[in-house]
Amino acid sequence: MGITKIRGLLVVGVAALLLAGCASKEPEDGPGMDPGTEAPVVAPVVVKKPEPKPEPIKPMVDRSGRIVVPLDALNSARGTETLQGLFYFDFDQAIVKRSGHTELNKHAQVLSGDRGLRIRIEGHADERGTREYNLALGERRANAIRAYIVAQGALRSQIEVISYGEEKPVDTGHSEGSWAANRRVEIVYR
Amino acid sequence: MKAVMLHRLAGLILLVATFPAIAELRIEVTKGVDNAVRIAVVPFAWRGRGVPPADIAEVVSADLRLSGRFESLPVEQMLSLPTEADEVFFRDWRLLNVEYLVIGYLAPATEGYELHFELYNVFKQSADASISIAGTEADLRDMSHFVSDQVFEKLTGIPGSFSTRIMYVTAAGEADRRIFRLNLADADGHRVETVLESVEPILSATWSPDGERIAYVSFERDSRPAIYIRELQTGRTQQVTDFPGLNGAPAFSPDGKQLAMVLSKDGNPDIYILNLADRRLRRVTRHYGIDTEPSWSAAGDEIIFTSNRGGKPQIYQMHLKDLQIERLTFEGDYNANASLLPDGSGLVMVHRRNGIFHISHLDLKHGRLSVLTETSLDESPSVAPNGSMLIYATQFQGQAILAAVSIDGGVKFNLPSSEGDVREPAWSPRKRKLFRPIPYSPR
Repeated sequence: MGITKIRGLLVVGVAALLLAGCASKEPEDGPGMDPGTEAPVVAPVVVKKPEPKPEPIKPMVDRSGRIVVPLDALNSARGTETLQGLFYFDFDQAIVKRSGHTELNKHAQVLSGDRGLRIRIEGHADERGTREYNLALGERRANAIRAYIVAQGALRSQIEVISYGEEKPVDTGHSEGSWAANRRVEIVYR
Repeated sequence: MKAVMLHRLAGLILLVATFPAIAELRIEVTKGVDNAVRIAVVPFAWRGRGVPPADIAEVVSADLRLSGRFESLPVEQMLSLPTEADEVFFRDWRLLNVEYLVIGYLAPATEGYELHFELYNVFKQSADASISIAGTEADLRDMSHFVSDQVFEKLTGIPGSFSTRIMYVTAAGEADRRIFRLNLADADGHRVETVLESVEPILSATWSPDGERIAYVSFERDSRPAIYIRELQTGRTQQVTDFPGLNGAPAFSPDGKQLAMVLSKDGNPDIYILNLADRRLRRVTRHYGIDTEPSWSAAGDEIIFTSNRGGKPQIYQMHLKDLQIERLTFEGDYNANASLLPDGSGLVMVHRRNGIFHISHLDLKHGRLSVLTETSLDESPSVAPNGSMLIYATQFQGQAILAAVSIDGGVKFNLPSSEGDVREPAWSPRKRKLFRPIPYSPR
């Protein structure tokens, strides 16, 4: 199952390359060392799995916040594409940056292509300012992202918005760089 | 005799079993008043057998010293150790430049203990207080704080806060695996207990006016925010909101019957008031901007809150009768999380100046704004019931800690903890334990 998915993976960008690179190591690390005895056992499994209807590949987020979505949702080709699921904001602002539009358009396309998909949009703030105000600000940011992808074709019912304010920083430092990293919205496929 | 010993042993085991694994807060005075009152708290006599069950004088002495308004004389420097009126020789204390003297004793009573103390003005050679109280073994620390409160009030004119408690949130562990705890501690940082522990954020904890319930926001259910109310005595907890969007910033009305809060279920963060008896919800703000952090006036007829309706977060005041709103803050481009002082003369809030977040006091009569803290990233100011001190959260040497400052800015102390980040302090409105003076029966 894992192997077939990786075979079908269309490598987009360095992130996906890395992902595939890591995954391809897995068989070597496995317990089976003798290919002579291993092959007959494994082979039928590999063949069988993709046969009974290609299980819908659920979008997945990798560890660095990137999302792997089924590519057929985007252009009916086989395989997957890695989408960016992190969007950044300016201080005390909830304006979706232009640089995120292309990626958000793809999310909207994925969601309108499969109405069964559900996402959670999580809004975050940096540590400056008060906690409750930051919860409101985080929600503003998440709402802005939602408004954008709904305008691009996703349904509101596919989207849940949650704000964590400053409670879940990705960077616990106190520098401009840390703050910039924490002022974000994360899209999570469920 | 055997029964007594067994009883003691059981008590010891219980003590060990419930010994808090949580770090206590440690008070470090960073700024005291220039003319601190010189006081001597003589070790209290123990009228029972064996080892005294508590060092009352040590607790009282520490309380007073850590208030920043007193300088307490170390025991080693005392020339005499009186515990009764007839053992007091004022000359001994004048020689040491001591202005006030506290003596007393602890005695076993039919049930628990009797504590007696006396306060003397050394220069006037007069007794300013002579009070006895009774309590159980578990009350000994509270009894000590009672003495501190009495002495503090007699000498400063301000009711003491030593018997009150602090509620706060800690977050420990790596960024992606944090453990959040809602803790209670005595005002001196001792006797820490954990009320709630969660892998999801806990915030905005607040007290009911009678100090018996708390309300807080927790993400424990499905990682979504909800407001909970908990009875401290029984531990009974009730989820009071479950709306889509924000469920935050709870604040009990002064009569404890209503809970102001922030909900965004209708599209924007607005202020709502929940009647706790009949569960009726009333929306009191309607604006496309962010309205949050409601806080009640002492009479319960007004709410002050943070809003960015003017473009930047500022403090507004709303009259609940007609929902009329007026703006209170004009200085600076970020004023938030305000609460009124008990006498309504002013408010304390988070105020940004030159890009740095400080705690500030706004005198509402004269419109004067004073910045009380020199640290950065200061937030969550919570005023003591006596209205003279406030506790807040700040950063110190890269760690989130609690700190306190007097409203006049004259006294400052830090409360560092070894247990990760500490934040969101809430000063209890009431004393932990009340004692009624009993007749004094000198031997």
